[in-house]
Amino acid sequence: MRAFAVLLDRLSLTASRNAKLRLIRDHLADTSDPDRGWALAALTGGLTFTAAKPAMIRRAVEARVDPELFRLSYDYVGDLAETAALIWPARHGANRGPDLSEVVDALTAAKRGEVQGLLEGWLDALDADGRWALLKLVTGGLRVGVSARLAWQAAADFGGVEVPDIQEVWHAQAPPYADLMAWLDGRADRPSADANGRFRPVMLAQPLDEEDLSKLDPAAYVAEWKWDGIRVQAVSEGGVKRLYSRTGEDISPAFPDVLAALTYDGVIDGELLVMREGGVASFGDLQQRLNRKAADTRVMAAFPAGIRAYDLLAAGGDDLRSLTFLERRARLEGLVACAASDRIDLSPLEPIQSWKALAALRATPPDGDPKAAEGLMLKRLDSTYEAGRPKGPWFKWKKDPHLVDAVLMYAQRGHGKRSSFYSDYTFGVWFCQADGTHALTPVGKAYFGFTDEELKQLDKFVRDNTVERFGPVRSVRASRDFGLVLEVAFEGLQRSKRHKSGIAMRFPRISRIRWDKPAGEADELATLERMLNRNG
Amino acid sequence: MPRPADPERSPRLEAVLRPTPDGLWCAGGAFFIDPPRPVERAVITHGHADHARAGHGAVLATPETLAIMGERYGRDFAGQVQPLAYGERLVVGAVELSLAPAGHVLGSAQATVRQGGLTITASGDYKRRRDPTCAAFEPVPSDVFITEATFGLPVFRHPPDTQEIARLLGSVRQFPERAHLVGAYALGKAQRVIRLLREAGYDETIYVHGALERLNQLYEHFGILLGPLAAATGSKADFAGRIIIAPPSALADRWSRRFPDPVTAFASGWMSVRARARQRGVELPLVLSDHADWDELTDTLAELSPEEVWITHGRDDALRRWAELNGLKARALHLVGYEDEDDD
Repeated sequence: MRAFAVLLDRLSLTASRNAKLRLIRDHLADTSDPDRGWALAALTGGLTFTAAKPAMIRRAVEARVDPELFRLSYDYVGDLAETAALIWPARHGANRGPDLSEVVDALTAAKRGEVQGLLEGWLDALDADGRWALLKLVTGGLRVGVSARLAWQAAADFGGVEVPDIQEVWHAQAPPYADLMAWLDGRADRPSADANGRFRPVMLAQPLDEEDLSKLDPAAYVAEWKWDGIRVQAVSEGGVKRLYSRTGEDISPAFPDVLAALTYDGVIDGELLVMREGGVASFGDLQQRLNRKAADTRVMAAFPAGIRAYDLLAAGGDDLRSLTFLERRARLEGLVACAASDRIDLSPLEPIQSWKALAALRATPPDGDPKAAEGLMLKRLDSTYEAGRPKGPWFKWKKDPHLVDAVLMYAQRGHGKRSSFYSDYTFGVWFCQADGTHALTPVGKAYFGFTDEELKQLDKFVRDNTVERFGPVRSVRASRDFGLVLEVAFEGLQRSKRHKSGIAMRFPRISRIRWDKPAGEADELATLERMLNRNG
Repeated sequence: MPRPADPERSPRLEAVLRPTPDGLWCAGGAFFIDPPRPVERAVITHGHADHARAGHGAVLATPETLAIMGERYGRDFAGQVQPLAYGERLVVGAVELSLAPAGHVLGSAQATVRQGGLTITASGDYKRRRDPTCAAFEPVPSDVFITEATFGLPVFRHPPDTQEIARLLGSVRQFPERAHLVGAYALGKAQRVIRLLREAGYDETIYVHGALERLNQLYEHFGILLGPLAAATGSKADFAGRIIIAPPSALADRWSRRFPDPVTAFASGWMSVRARARQRGVELPLVLSDHADWDELTDTLAELSPEEVWITHGRDDALRRWAELNGLKARALHLVGYEDEDDD
């Protein structure tokens, strides 16, 4: 538990991806089985306990600490698990601290009434970091900024293998992953990937460089719309049904409506969308269904989800990934027709007459569904299904981003390499107040899209024009007569109750710094409202 | 639950030492202790800027504290200076004054005033654990013990120093291509971190920010050897795998850009609370404090068991609550102008 606690502690304060990878990789190298396997399970979200409730922790603390002192402390720290971890009085002569595996085994076997006693015994035996890690683990929220994908990358680095190799077998293994670890150690062969319902590593597309288009033969490719949902893998094998995100995270519990529609035997690669009367709803609608641990009946009825199928990776027990796209497509069409579900349809193919004609299609998509597309996909007819992002077989050709001229309002210090730079920028657009004067309202935040040299200039502008400081954030001079205009590129707009402007941007980034443009000439909120109405 | 009420002010005790907006006033000796504004006569407990200000008519302090003030403010920081060594007793007007080690930083002292059979000790800032850069705290039996409460909440329990230094050295080994930039207050904390690194067997050159150089020399002059130090100037590649010590304000300053992808560490008692580390962009918090933690505060009060406890600054609400639960009379003085040196 000690090593796991140290790892979580470091991860929780580390921003750099490379540093996180190093921390996890070293943990796998320095920790023995089965604890390191459990750690990997915890980091990939495969280990969740909900037996310990906040009220239980509070009760345990208040039995040991004066409630008034606890209240003052909680007010100061602001996080229950952290307050409890810090305030818990040391007990001399307590047992040795438990291993992570002891905690997992005991909690798994414990009856409801036994959890409190177990927890208190462990809290007595651990130090403050250990107590914090334990409480985070048992209350089901590590929140240390690690995705399953990142943890797999670290495991791949540790074993000297590729991430798809790990993804291929991951869902055929179970925590604490003894066979997987033996393979990564080089002590054993790669464990078997044979298990019904497992995830297959996904094939991704390269962004298209339009300059390269002339070198490609239009006859060798087919196009289809890149639907604006989330990429999923819908598996139904031997009665086992699973829905995975494109990184292999199991999102089945939130989508029982989709799972029920998987009546085929095979593995579909497709786009998860909210569909109403055969049409695709906005990404904002889909978001109502995402990031939920379980399904809510009312939400499910209001936002019915389905799959638009792109590809077929396996069917009737056969692995189809070594077939060509055209061959797989034929099998897919047959399978979707047989499934005959209103929740599964085919992503139609768009024939390519010429690159010019395709460009025209991309610029002016026909009415209806393609509004819900982010752009086009190009797929070679003879491409096999390869894990990762191979160069050549598939390209994505996104719609041109929307652009808006906004005014820099706040800047926040970055992390790691950027900790001495004001590198996260909140920008706003003008709106007309009741008295007829103009004021700025924030519409987004961006922290990339500029070069290192531009970052230095932006940082200098922020430091030279600071109006107020709030901890790591500075507000900068921004009026009709003076301010810095940023050209912001973004993929789309959504209505948002969380933002004062009522608007949230998707994927905003700084596309140009308009040193030349007077702040008063930046865009107005009404412009964004119009875009929203046009696309929404 | 209501806060504990302050006990009645006792004229008998305040005749010896009385809290005023200008600091603790000793009428019998006609001096203030740690006054926040220039006064005629001041007794200074230690050299941190919120306790030791320039411009007093006369200053009495330990020789080390006087040297620190001279280094920070220039030789003529006061009209007159008078050194008083630990343990010596000096008659000042109607009172007897003595200084005892407070264990906070080099030269830090508790000031004890005795008059008419009453003893009052103003401890200034203090800690109880061992510090290789200063004399250890000595408890002085007193009728009134005046304490700080910077870390006066039971969530503050500073771990052993050795554990924090081991974390720093472990990180240096784990990230040999990165510099480790340690924020440490220029007086006391910086030298303590350096000494603790030496005690842990680290004998590489330690790089220091310019703001630390003179105080480092002063510590060495008083016999606290810091080993090989060098100015933090050079090209990026020179600092891979190195430890650099800088004042906290330099961590996010443009100055820090000269280092390769630095791991930002911060040596402070506040670092046990994650939100505080996150706010400052600290990647490696080192819980190293020159102030007493909750256990040290409460153990000290229990050990001395004075007739009254007066609390100068910090989390007086929680410490008063503890005193009430433990049958001690405690009073918050709400003296303004004292803050923890890291808490900026």
